Amino acid sequence: MQSNTAAFLMLTFWLAMAPALSAQTGEVNSCVSCHLEEGEELAVPVEGMRNDVHAQNGLSCADCHGGDPKAGLDGDMDAAMDPDKGYIGVPSRKDIPTFCARCHSNTAYMRKFNPRVASNQLERYKTSIHGKRLINGDEKVATCVDCHGVHGIRASNDALSLIYPTNVPSTCGRCHADAEYMADYDIPINQLTSYTKSVHGVALLDRGDLGAPACNDCHGNHGAAPPGAPSIAFICGQCHLNNSELFFKSPHRVAYEENDFPECETCHDYHDIQHPSDEMLGVGENSICIECHEEDSKGYATAIAMRNQIEFLKSKMSTADSLVALAERAGMEVSDALYQLNDADDALVKARTQIHSLDLDNIVNVTNEGVTLADAALLAGTNALSEVQFRRKGLAVSLVFLLILAVGLYLKIKEIDIKHPLR
Amino acid sequence: MAEVTQEPQRAQAGVNEAGESKLKLWLKDRYDFSALGYLIKKKEVPQHRHSIWYYLGGITLFFFIIQVVTGIMLLLYYRPTAEAAFESVQFIMTEVKFGWLIRSLHSWSANLMIGAAFVHMFSVFFMKAYRRPRELTWVSGVLLLFLSLGFGFSGYLLPWNELAYFATKVGTEIVAVVPFVGDFFLKFLRGGEDVTGATLTRLFGFHVAVLPMICTILLMAHLLFVQKQGMSVPPQFERNDTKLKAMPFFPNFLLRDLLGWIVALAVLIAAAAIFPWELGVKADPFAPAPSGIKPEWFFVFMFQTLKYIPAKVLFIDGELLGILAFGVGGGLLVAVPFLDKNARLGKSSKLFTIAGIVVLIYMIAMTLVAYLLPQTF
Repeated sequence: MQSNTAAFLMLTFWLAMAPALSAQTGEVNSCVSCHLEEGEELAVPVEGMRNDVHAQNGLSCADCHGGDPKAGLDGDMDAAMDPDKGYIGVPSRKDIPTFCARCHSNTAYMRKFNPRVASNQLERYKTSIHGKRLINGDEKVATCVDCHGVHGIRASNDALSLIYPTNVPSTCGRCHADAEYMADYDIPINQLTSYTKSVHGVALLDRGDLGAPACNDCHGNHGAAPPGAPSIAFICGQCHLNNSELFFKSPHRVAYEENDFPECETCHDYHDIQHPSDEMLGVGENSICIECHEEDSKGYATAIAMRNQIEFLKSKMSTADSLVALAERAGMEVSDALYQLNDADDALVKARTQIHSLDLDNIVNVTNEGVTLADAALLAGTNALSEVQFRRKGLAVSLVFLLILAVGLYLKIKEIDIKHPLR
Repeated sequence: MAEVTQEPQRAQAGVNEAGESKLKLWLKDRYDFSALGYLIKKKEVPQHRHSIWYYLGGITLFFFIIQVVTGIMLLLYYRPTAEAAFESVQFIMTEVKFGWLIRSLHSWSANLMIGAAFVHMFSVFFMKAYRRPRELTWVSGVLLLFLSLGFGFSGYLLPWNELAYFATKVGTEIVAVVPFVGDFFLKFLRGGEDVTGATLTRLFGFHVAVLPMICTILLMAHLLFVQKQGMSVPPQFERNDTKLKAMPFFPNFLLRDLLGWIVALAVLIAAAAIFPWELGVKADPFAPAPSGIKPEWFFVFMFQTLKYIPAKVLFIDGELLGILAFGVGGGLLVAVPFLDKNARLGKSSKLFTIAGIVVLIYMIAMTLVAYLLPQTF
């Protein structure tokens, strides 16, 4: 009953809105009036167009579907949907990409709306796994409308758009996380679950950090494809530039190519990439290095040496940090030491980045910079604490002096009180 | 025989018949201080169970002297611009020998001075020492207290740290609610629309030139009145007609004063050495206001009151009402000797005593509420 009432109210609303919708294009639109009159399923496209970027840019039904919206107002639907007047109607799934591309691949036309908009989506789509399979007759793959929606397509920078960064994982997951839908394909369906728990997923979905990558940032969007092993470092390198560059110069690159290891993914995994920790380095329990490097090998020794460098810097920083904090709590002005510790922390980050080069000399150079800074902060902290001791002693001496003075004065007052008594 | 030999001895020591040294005579020729000497010799301090409060004015004066000395020393290194103020204070605290101590003494002594001034004022108020002929001593004293608050407000911003910056922003904003002249005073205090380097330089000017000049004049007048009129005897002792014992001002009372100053100095240096005054982080006008912004403790009761007043009281803006109330309160405080007719006639004036107690309790309660209950300013 409630849903009937709601449907009635919606219909009334849209009937009232119909002239306004038509007015957007400044034309009489029989598509809108008839579809609303028919209601239910046929009214859905009209309702959806309310927030559609196309409608907001002045396009109407006929701009995509053809036909004559001026005709048919007298109830003659055939006149409005006359194929001779260019009426296309609903495109089949395999025709959707070319249907949209009539405008979106037309650079001159698209420039009217946005001079920076891309017009190569169809071209790229055809290179994607989705596009290739569609051409080969697989109509289950994603077409434009599966990712962008239909009759209600929002601009990509609209937070409610299906392709807004924070919505991309769930949009892709509508198919890729659906076991039943993906049953025909020999690919895993846990990407969304893994991604959601990953460092990237947490940053994007939990913290709303739009700088964190969604599916399309690694796989591409219209040209979506799984990256092949040799190109992973380029993909990660879009953001992790230094790590990527150092990796390319490292001995790992050649070794990985020879063994067909998937570059970054070999150590960091892919959809469920976790925040890297120093435990990944070295030969400890959670070390990644020992998965390949056997004991007594050069790589094993380098792993130990690299980890030692990092730990050495960390221990220096930790000692300096606690000492400086102690001095700060004692009320000492230690901002210079805090800046030095900050810079030492930067050196630690740089050293962790240098790990990707596997060049121990480079790593030692960077950690040494940090150690020098941590030592300077440690010295400043030690000096500050000695100064605290000096101040305490100085205070004690001053107070003893004042006490003697006060006692002496008190005795003098007593003597004077006798000499000059109260009157 | 002995008398004969005295003359040449005196002449040798530069002393005349009356026992006055040549230097004294030389001075006497130019200005006769004997009246002052006579005053000091004759001056007495009445002794009763509330005599202890007589020392508070001296202690306030002692902290003021510390302020002048340490303030001049800070001036040697302090630079009053938004770009350099914070760094110069940092330099004073880290590089200048005993700079940390001087700055810490200045900050601690400022607060202790205002604390002592409040206690001094309330003790004078409750002992009715403002009654005839000491009305002007009271007026100059209250004005000196207001000036101290001005010193506190203008000095707070000078290190140009985050807390002081935002507290000054809030503090000066309040002035703007005063009708007609509020906007002018806001711009006058800030040296423009916002709290900027211009505000810092301006408040520095008030802190080290304008306020000290007025303060010196008022302080001279205040001290002159006190010396001339001596200490007031509380009315209850005066009415009893019992002859109170009196202590000679010099040297008995003055030495006791000195003892008080030594104790005050010990407290001051202990506070400054054990709890050095923090510098905080440099003010960043573009950063959002941090939590925990609050004015200095002596303004807190007023800020807390403004928070509790509703946005509108009848048709009047709540904040404006609060400001006007404090303005009127300040005016009434200055005018107390002229309003308290009973005290003037030597009669009991319980109404004023009760009003004083209520105000004191209100100030303490509001301050405690602000510090003890979690809240933001």
